[in-house]
Amino acid sequence: MVDLGHGDAATAPAQAPRLTLPGWLRDASQTQRALSALILLSLYNAFFTTNFLTWATLRVNLTQVATIVIVGVGMTLVIATGGIDLSVGALAAIAGMIAPKIFMSDRALLDSPWVAVPLAIVVPVLVAGGFGVFNGTLVTAFRIQPIIATLVLFLGGRGIAKALSNGNLVAFHNPSFDYIGTGRPLGIPVQVILMAVIVVVASWAMRRTTFGRYILATGGNEAAARLAGVPVDRTKVAVYTISGLLAGLAGLIVISLNTSADPNSIGVNMELDAIAAAAVGGTVLTGGRATVVGTLIGACIIHQIRYTLISHGVADGTTRIVVAITIILAVLLQRRGD
Amino acid sequence: MATQTTDIRGERQQERRAFAASLIQQQGVLIALLVVLGFGLLRYGENFRSSFNIWEMLRNNSYYGLIALGMTFVIITGGIDLSVGAVVALTSVAAARFSVHGVFLAAAGAVALGLAVGLVNGGLIARFKIQPFIVTLAMLLACRGAALNLAHNANVSVDFASGYIDIGQKNLGRVPVPVVITIVAYLLASIVLNFTRFGRHTLAIGGNEEAARLAGLPVARTIVSVYALSGALAGLSGAILAGLAFTGSPNYGIGWELTAIAAVVVGGTILSGGRGSVWTTLVGVLLLGLIFNELNFERGKGIFELTQYWEEVIRGAFLLVVVIVQSRLARRGPRAGRV
Repeated sequence: MVDLGHGDAATAPAQAPRLTLPGWLRDASQTQRALSALILLSLYNAFFTTNFLTWATLRVNLTQVATIVIVGVGMTLVIATGGIDLSVGALAAIAGMIAPKIFMSDRALLDSPWVAVPLAIVVPVLVAGGFGVFNGTLVTAFRIQPIIATLVLFLGGRGIAKALSNGNLVAFHNPSFDYIGTGRPLGIPVQVILMAVIVVVASWAMRRTTFGRYILATGGNEAAARLAGVPVDRTKVAVYTISGLLAGLAGLIVISLNTSADPNSIGVNMELDAIAAAAVGGTVLTGGRATVVGTLIGACIIHQIRYTLISHGVADGTTRIVVAITIILAVLLQRRGD
Repeated sequence: MATQTTDIRGERQQERRAFAASLIQQQGVLIALLVVLGFGLLRYGENFRSSFNIWEMLRNNSYYGLIALGMTFVIITGGIDLSVGAVVALTSVAAARFSVHGVFLAAAGAVALGLAVGLVNGGLIARFKIQPFIVTLAMLLACRGAALNLAHNANVSVDFASGYIDIGQKNLGRVPVPVVITIVAYLLASIVLNFTRFGRHTLAIGGNEEAARLAGLPVARTIVSVYALSGALAGLSGAILAGLAFTGSPNYGIGWELTAIAAVVVGGTILSGGRGSVWTTLVGVLLLGLIFNELNFERGKGIFELTQYWEEVIRGAFLLVVVIVQSRLARRGPRAGRV
């Protein structure tokens, strides 16, 4: 199952002549079914959901899906190595609680917004990345299974976030910081731009760089990768670190969007949403095969199903059941496609 | 224990020593439990020792105990069941709705509902070969959705006239009913795992599924049964919780699947499957519960400020310490007995 990033189109036997797709689309052809499902869903909405084809609807939906995609990209890299990261929601909460502490601090050094705001962005993301290093170290140096290793911070991390504000919601008003969540250069929300950049960079890295090949080799067959000289442990620490950094960034987006930081709600269920997005997009949970663009599509499908049902007045409970069935169907269809 | 064997024949003595050594290695968690218990007795004295505190602590850990028991079987087969917390929520609502029909019918209905969820989980995993993680993750979403629908997005109070709350609140002598149910469940599960064909199949599949298949064991049937068992026990847990709290709620049990996994792992059952014991899981549940209980007493002493948020951090840190010690022991320990 070691598929060094060429996707199915390259490895499938040439029974039928196939279109040669550009690289980024070939990546997505691993998840062709997911893409067609997304297109069908959008077509349905274009005809049957009022106001679907408006710039405002698209912008709102993209804004809402951005954090899941950003976390989902990190999750996809982790899953590609055969791991899982349950701690992302808690790390988002920690980052989200640290940021207001910095830009609301009354220390003289942090008086200028030119110092405080960049620090309030960089420091929380780095702290979350540091916890990612911690996860990666548990998985590699201590040989603890990823699900258990990241369970430690899932259980403890939110406690840290709550302790930072004594469990209270912190409301703030800081126009320059809020730009991450509410700014719109050229009419495009900042977090959507961030999401796009992250997806493009990660997708490129998975297909074109040695690092991407190391990730897939590690997840495909760890023992073989080790023998072939792949720095398996370093690769694993790197993916958990990236996952932590991205979770931290997602936490900052969430708080700036709400102009408040609530340790009880930032990133709750984020890990499950991100895993579901990756699975629906065509990333195999046992590792060795992953598609970043697929995760983007998967997140969009899940989000659009929710949006469609809710805008047609379906109850919240039923919406969740439909999403659950979608996840199972998506995985089943991919299985049949292999 | 080992020192008392000096007067017995050499052969048997050696045997027993080996047994004691393996006991210490395997029962490290039991030793930890005794240490934590001793610490509590010494430090918090009278109130900690009171039968009220002990029984209430056990009562409030019985529902964790039941889902961790089901999780133990699932993990022994090398699987995982993320849906149990949501099943607890769903069945607590169902039990509250059925509670007018009396405690037995309502509890049986909750267990049957959990069993049905487990059968679907097991069917999808065994028949369609979808990873347990994904199947039970989707089931988590579906059960929460179903619970919201069944409860009309609100909490559902149980019927007090039918005596439903007895299942959570009543005592048999001094022992709370939920504790009795949990002990019986562990006794039965221990017999099933150690002395029945189903138990041997469960262990064999976790050890090497392919070999079990080639040896002609009913792999699919065993896997379905294991998830059904986990679902049914989560249903029982939901029924008890509804009785304990007087209400069923779609918001119960959030994150409990991970607490249950933590208890199983703290008990020493390995996630890769093939080995495990229900009693070490019980010790794991008790250990986590006892630590919480003692943290409450520590807060009552007020010597240093300990907000409840730090308890969550301590819970995570405790899991960390346990898994690191286990990983060290596993590497140093004899590799004999490993397949």
